[in-house]
Amino acid sequence: MANTQRIERADYLSKKGRVMLMISRIFVYLILFFLAFLCLFFFYLLIVNSTRSHAQLNEGFSLIPRGNFLKNLKSAWTDGTVNIPRGMLNSFIIAISSSVLATYFSALTAFGIHCYDFRFKKAAFTFILAIMMIPSQISVVGFIKMCNTFGLTNNYLPLILPSIASPVVFFYMKQYMESILPLEIVEAARVDGASEFYTFNRIVIPIMMPAIAVQMIFSFVASWNNFFLPGMLIDKPERKTVPIMIAALRSADYKKFDMGEIYMLILLSIIPVVIVYIFISKFIIKGVAAGSVKG
Amino acid sequence: MEKPAKTKKKHGVSYAKWGYIFILPFFITYFIWSFVPQVLTFGYSFFKMYRSGLDQIGPEWNGIQNYVELFTTKLDGIPTVVKYAGNTMIMWIAGAIPQFLIALLLAVWFTSFRLNIKGQGFFKTVIYMPNLIMASAFSMLIWTVFSVTGPVHSLFVNSNLITEEFDFFFNKVSARSIVAGINFLMWFGNTTIVLMAGIMGIDQSLVEAAMIDGASSIKVFFKITLPLLMPILTYAVITSLIGGINMYDVPFILSKGYGTPDNTTMTLIMNVQQKLSTAKNYGSAGALSVLIFFFSAALSLVVFKFFVPHDSLKNMKKGGK
Repeated sequence: MANTQRIERADYLSKKGRVMLMISRIFVYLILFFLAFLCLFFFYLLIVNSTRSHAQLNEGFSLIPRGNFLKNLKSAWTDGTVNIPRGMLNSFIIAISSSVLATYFSALTAFGIHCYDFRFKKAAFTFILAIMMIPSQISVVGFIKMCNTFGLTNNYLPLILPSIASPVVFFYMKQYMESILPLEIVEAARVDGASEFYTFNRIVIPIMMPAIAVQMIFSFVASWNNFFLPGMLIDKPERKTVPIMIAALRSADYKKFDMGEIYMLILLSIIPVVIVYIFISKFIIKGVAAGSVKG
Repeated sequence: MEKPAKTKKKHGVSYAKWGYIFILPFFITYFIWSFVPQVLTFGYSFFKMYRSGLDQIGPEWNGIQNYVELFTTKLDGIPTVVKYAGNTMIMWIAGAIPQFLIALLLAVWFTSFRLNIKGQGFFKTVIYMPNLIMASAFSMLIWTVFSVTGPVHSLFVNSNLITEEFDFFFNKVSARSIVAGINFLMWFGNTTIVLMAGIMGIDQSLVEAAMIDGASSIKVFFKITLPLLMPILTYAVITSLIGGINMYDVPFILSKGYGTPDNTTMTLIMNVQQKLSTAKNYGSAGALSVLIFFFSAALSLVVFKFFVPHDSLKNMKKGGK
């Protein structure tokens, strides 16, 4: 393959063509660097500003870091009104529980539909595909009313339990299972006397681990960043999650705040995701690509 | 081979049971946390139920009055629901057009053998990153940077582009552009990766054959790549559209939930939230939610019809498993 391509390329590239290619390459790289700059600029600005004190920030625009990072970190971490360590802990508890539930039960549902023959198998599959596109926002009125009625406001259960039914995660698991899990393995386990649950937990889950890892990351990030539902359900200060605290900064009286601390709080809210992303970005990008190709 | 098949048949019934057991948690959860709320939302939309001061009004049957009120309550001479739907669509389109154009360009460039772009891993990592950033934190950052006390504002004032009093968030055009800009920045990387996956699924021999026959790369793009990419492009547009209709975090944070200036950045879902938080108006918020549901369903259909020509629909059916 590679050889023929090289020959063809050499074939249709005359000298003029090579100059044209050079020009278009320069153009493409310029645009790419511009877009990359656009994506990184605000984060760079955020990091720089988190190293500057309030007085230094008032001096105006600057791209040179200063030495107040630890001071800002300390004042952000110990702030009386915005309890960010507590918020991060709350967000972490919710995000971890919902990503574990989402991946485990999606794999279980996918396994149920992939490996067993039952009467409503097709109907169940079609149904899940049909509800995949329905946004959760449209049922928020009933959701909130229901939580109020059952005293579930300021409770994390309504933020965690619904992730058991995650159609998108299910769909990804189902695709992955089709490509990697031969039914013979399940039958072999049966012959060896394993129960169906044992087969799933001890044989299928380990095989599905790559897919589970990818989807766990996506569910975790989605939950960590979720602002809409928690914002409507939670009003107790000690139960607030990170996005609610960040949103509250916007409504706070600005003149009272130390701007260096504000930048630091924003940085703290996104840093866990960014760190994880830097280490496994290739993995994540592959996951996005795989999730998008259907049928 | 014969024997296990027979035993399987014998135990077929008991195995089918496991299928039901394994999919049960999904369906129970869906029923409780999605289906019931949807039905409740639909139900409330026909009731008068809100809080006026300390008094609870209703619930009392109201027929379609809630829906009628959505269209008779006017703001600047336009029914509120139309105005908010308009805001939402304007901000979505303003972000989605550059998002899809640039994503298409990047996807074609990244997959082009001729260009043979180096450092793809780096570029993909960087452009996808904003997608994972908390939308509320990103908006808060942009607000801090663009606000009257922020660095960008002072930079613009110093270069005499704007006056000292100009506030990016109190001007209709700039406020909406910032919302659209954030949406663009957050999503173009995601779309690029999705479209790239689509392009890489296209049989390269078609492209090579056309190249050898002397087709220009522009012609190859419009005559081969784009038509074959249609199914996945449609999927991407519909997902983006549904996300757009449900736009909430970014305009909410930037405008403190008020849709400033003058309700021009108030989106449909922000309005639902507003109805719920202040007056606990479940009836009206329910009616609006039901409208949003039909609105997104209808628009998805339009996009689907518009983007997928009939022959490629046939191809999709043939290709689909």
